[in-house]
Amino acid sequence: MKPIKHLLSPLDLSVAELDQILDLAADIEQHPDKYAEACKGKKIATLFYEPSTRTRLSFETAMLNLGGSVIGFSSAASSSASKGESVSDTIRMVSCYADIRAMRHPKEGAPMVASQKSSIPVINAGDGGHQHPTQTLTDLHTIRSLKGRLGNLTIGLCGDLKFGRTVHSLINALVRYENISFVLISPDELRIPDYIREDVLEANNVPFQEVERLEDAMAELDILYMTRVQKERFFNEEDYVRMKDFYILDKKKMELAKEDMLVLHPLPRVNEISTEVDDDPRAAYFQQVQYGVYARMALILTLLDIQV
Amino acid sequence: MNMLNVGKIYEGFVLDRIQAGRSMEIYHHLKLHKLDCCVAIIKNARSEAMGKKDIIKIECPIDVMDLDILGFIDHNITVNIIKDGEIAEKKELHLPERISNVIKCKNPRCITSIEQELDHVFILTDKENEIYRCQYCEEKYKKK
Repeated sequence: MKPIKHLLSPLDLSVAELDQILDLAADIEQHPDKYAEACKGKKIATLFYEPSTRTRLSFETAMLNLGGSVIGFSSAASSSASKGESVSDTIRMVSCYADIRAMRHPKEGAPMVASQKSSIPVINAGDGGHQHPTQTLTDLHTIRSLKGRLGNLTIGLCGDLKFGRTVHSLINALVRYENISFVLISPDELRIPDYIREDVLEANNVPFQEVERLEDAMAELDILYMTRVQKERFFNEEDYVRMKDFYILDKKKMELAKEDMLVLHPLPRVNEISTEVDDDPRAAYFQQVQYGVYARMALILTLLDIQV
Repeated sequence: MNMLNVGKIYEGFVLDRIQAGRSMEIYHHLKLHKLDCCVAIIKNARSEAMGKKDIIKIECPIDVMDLDILGFIDHNITVNIIKDGEIAEKKELHLPERISNVIKCKNPRCITSIEQELDHVFILTDKENEIYRCQYCEEKYKKK
């Protein structure tokens, strides 16, 4: 019997496996009808201990598009976690109900604990400020579809790079492609954690620079990945208020960018991208949401080992 | 000079050159309290090199002890393996690849901060710089 495959970090997938999933996502996009009953009789459990709109709905839509069904909860308050049940116990119980699970939790490493107790595949749908590998699949699928490549890119990551789990996962995945360089744009307090700087960027000899002003980086970027300063990651309201509007991407800053630069954002956005940018053809963050559904459909099929 | 005489052992280990005062910590990390064998702890023994030191003598079959954790605690400890009453080998200490339930993750955002009975596991991620990271949240362990 094959060991159960989980997705806890983008590094759980080799580049070859990642490429296969992205190829499958592209095929799903082209031929959705072919996959409409691929997961008939299968259930996904979406265990969201932390609020989410996009990711949870994206997983649920992905499973419904594949002909499967969905069970789950959308906040810790509406689950037995509010009665004090441990993650381990909830996970053992859900293994009896579903075929695959997507889990979001505010504590870092919770999906790893789940994977140790689970008899079905576990997908990390975001754990605290740590990792968010399916957003990475979404981002990679978007970049590959719109740029036609995943190598030879200069990527600017802007905003909360300290607690921005989407940023950590994206860096982890992209360093494995050729000729990638990063411009890390953040205030000093929200710079990337040392485990990303030392163990991922420096360890892989990936060129990167850290700057504070977005204007200084715009001209050289192929991709600008904006992130929200996340209120829920701060223990201190004062620090959040000081940081929240540090970056605002507007039309004036977009004038500094290349004509074919793409603006991505994992969403939700608050103030960091002005709505006046939404009509710019380079703004790809709403397309990104649609690509996310295809990427998650491809991931579900892969982890359930379903061939169509 | 008055010497403390602790009996000779025939099979087991002598852990020598332990930093004075740390022997009880090592006693617990090695879970010696669970071992049904003769253990002698010598505190503050005189040492020419160290001034004073601790020593632990453990009489047990040599294959029942996992001493890897000593490499993490203090790789200057000397481990003498005793067979037939003689020093048969001096074991070299290495940093263990994985440490369970010896140190705790201090990241308040880590799952170990709320999930009871979860093993605290650290992985050696950078051997050269002796860096361990929590297996769950990847927070670096700082040795004070």
